[in-house]
Amino acid sequence: MTKDLSPKDKTLGEALRSQGISRRSFLKFCAATASMMALPPAMIPTIAHALEKAKRPSVIWLSFQECTGCTESLTRAHAATVESLIFDSISLDYHHTLQAASGHAAEAAREAAMQEHKGKYLLVVDGSIPLGNPGYSTIAGISNVDMLIDTAKHAAAIISVGSCAAFGGIPNAKPNPTGAVAVSDIIKDKKIINVPGCPPIPVVITGVLTHFLTFGTIPELDHLGRPKVFYGQSIHDRCYRRPFYDKGLFAETFDDEGARLGWCLFKLGCKGPSTYNACATTKWNGGVSFPIEAGHPCIGCSEPNFWDGGGFYKALSMPTENISKTAVYTAAGAVAGAAAVGIMNRYTRGKADDTHEKATIDDLEK
Amino acid sequence: MTESVKSPFNIQIGDELTWNVQPILHEIRHALRTLLETGNGSIIDLRSIPLAPGEEDTILDALGCGEVHAKLNALGPSEIYETRFSGVWMVTHYNAENDVISRFIEITRFPNILESQREDMTTSLDALEALLDTTPGSDKTETHAETNT
Amino acid sequence: MNEIEFLSWVRGPGFQIATVIFVAGIIIRLGETLLLGRKANLAEAKGSAMRSGMRTIASRMLPPDKETFKRSTFTITAGYIFHIGLFITIFLFAPHVLLIKDVFGVGWPSLPSQIVDAFTVVSIIALLAILIHRITDKVLRYLSGPEDYIVWFVTIAPLLTGYLTFHRLGGSPVMMLALHILSVELLMVLFPFTKLMHTFTLFLARWYNGAISGYRGVES
Repeated sequence: MTKDLSPKDKTLGEALRSQGISRRSFLKFCAATASMMALPPAMIPTIAHALEKAKRPSVIWLSFQECTGCTESLTRAHAATVESLIFDSISLDYHHTLQAASGHAAEAAREAAMQEHKGKYLLVVDGSIPLGNPGYSTIAGISNVDMLIDTAKHAAAIISVGSCAAFGGIPNAKPNPTGAVAVSDIIKDKKIINVPGCPPIPVVITGVLTHFLTFGTIPELDHLGRPKVFYGQSIHDRCYRRPFYDKGLFAETFDDEGARLGWCLFKLGCKGPSTYNACATTKWNGGVSFPIEAGHPCIGCSEPNFWDGGGFYKALSMPTENISKTAVYTAAGAVAGAAAVGIMNRYTRGKADDTHEKATIDDLEK
Repeated sequence: MTESVKSPFNIQIGDELTWNVQPILHEIRHALRTLLETGNGSIIDLRSIPLAPGEEDTILDALGCGEVHAKLNALGPSEIYETRFSGVWMVTHYNAENDVISRFIEITRFPNILESQREDMTTSLDALEALLDTTPGSDKTETHAETNT
Repeated sequence: MNEIEFLSWVRGPGFQIATVIFVAGIIIRLGETLLLGRKANLAEAKGSAMRSGMRTIASRMLPPDKETFKRSTFTITAGYIFHIGLFITIFLFAPHVLLIKDVFGVGWPSLPSQIVDAFTVVSIIALLAILIHRITDKVLRYLSGPEDYIVWFVTIAPLLTGYLTFHRLGGSPVMMLALHILSVELLMVLFPFTKLMHTFTLFLARWYNGAISGYRGVES
């Protein structure tokens, strides 16, 4: 939030050069960016060219019913030099968790940014929006839903960061006491980029921002509004433990031989086959590892309703309801039913027997 | 393989888990042939390929280390070396905290990032000129040099 | 409803509905048959009806005599292949064993996926051949009604969707898994009211066939 507006008018190339960043460093940054955006290395010159000319966009970040995990995740990405360049290249004009100002002063900054960059600013949302009672979550006396509608009106694009903003997430889980909904349930007339995850992978958040910065467009999205470059393939399809699944080698418990040998975690409830995210290739903590590599099944946090998916440790092929109970109750009822039907059938047969008249020689001779 | 089975944790170094190691090495072979025949280089992003723990090391071991080894200091360190196969370079970028942020195998005569960049040279020329202009007695040095030749 | 919600539905309420219809349908239909009873046979027993009945249940599982085999080689061969394939696919595939263990509390070791996969392919081919045979054979075609084709469809649908789901072909894997489970639920719902009931009634029929002969002292 600089009072001097000139840095915002500079292109990214100019801004970096004025900071004394060499062209070679810039090329390294572009190479890392290409890798981060899951683009082929052949695209590096294109990225360099586009980023050189990119203008710093104004970003307004709204946090609603959330746990700040998404912001925590993002600021981890911020710690690394190269990724931090992306943050130097955007103008984060409002983020009430990170900014020093609060209350009306902060809202004034938001209003100012909205006026100044009308139709051009990026709106990032994390957290779900309660519709049960607007008072459940307010900022400076403004309800979440009002603030979202107001801020979304003139946004160039909306990015829903985290599963709460994208799909309703944990606040939306049963019994959903606050009536929490996703951004896309309220804003219908704007393109929304969903970046789900609990939290999303830091470089995926920055990757989406960088895509917007680089190409000025919204990346290609899947049917759930997620960028295909990051959410195009399932965890299962890119999992290094996949060969064990194919061979039918599974860990049965968390401490058996199979678990120690790194076999497939499907039986322990891994949601990898139905989860789309970049964890298996991008990994976490700066590329160190990801949950499955650490021996824990994927919980499917980047999918809608992941909290109500029948339990983290229940395999995907298992029913989510208690089918044994259903079957036993049904069987008990059915036995009674069968007995009733059986008695009725016997009665029908008995009656048929009673009314049955035997034909005699006399009858035939008539 | 036998050793890795005894390994107490799930890291199976040296075990083929994704079957991606051999295909990558073959891809490098094809790329090297293309480089020789057409002069066109190519780049493989190792982060875009699913690899099990230890598989990246298997690739690095197979490629080995060649004659050229360079270090960059640009937004954190970078390490660039030619593998024992001439024309196959390993380019690893680190951030300021020494985490690997990207790793490429470049099949080229010379990795582009090592070349001096035009923009940097322009800036350098300016800087050098500024340095010479502001150095007291610079004219004298120049004259002295002339008389000597 | 997006595909994840669809998957949740088929794994939850959908499966519950199918279970209720399946279990209730089978029990009522079997109970109905058994409770109807038979008239007491007043003739003197010349052998054990029970022993003969049980033996027939077992013996009819084995391939028939040469003459019968020659007469309907295709039906018998294709029938065996597809029934064995179906058995292995349903009961020895790891994710299915998990489901069984979850519902019944007992599980058993599973076969490697590739082996199950091979049996699935063989079963699908056998079922396709059976359909072609049904359509091309004049007598069989004349005897076939809509139910026969419906039963064929609900049997091959889980095999096909399961194969596609496992190989992650034919659309999003989540959608395919949901469709696979839905196709099984369709099978379960139709099961008690169609010829699929033969899975259970064949034991009654075979036992009875053997029992009559045994009672009369005839080898069945």
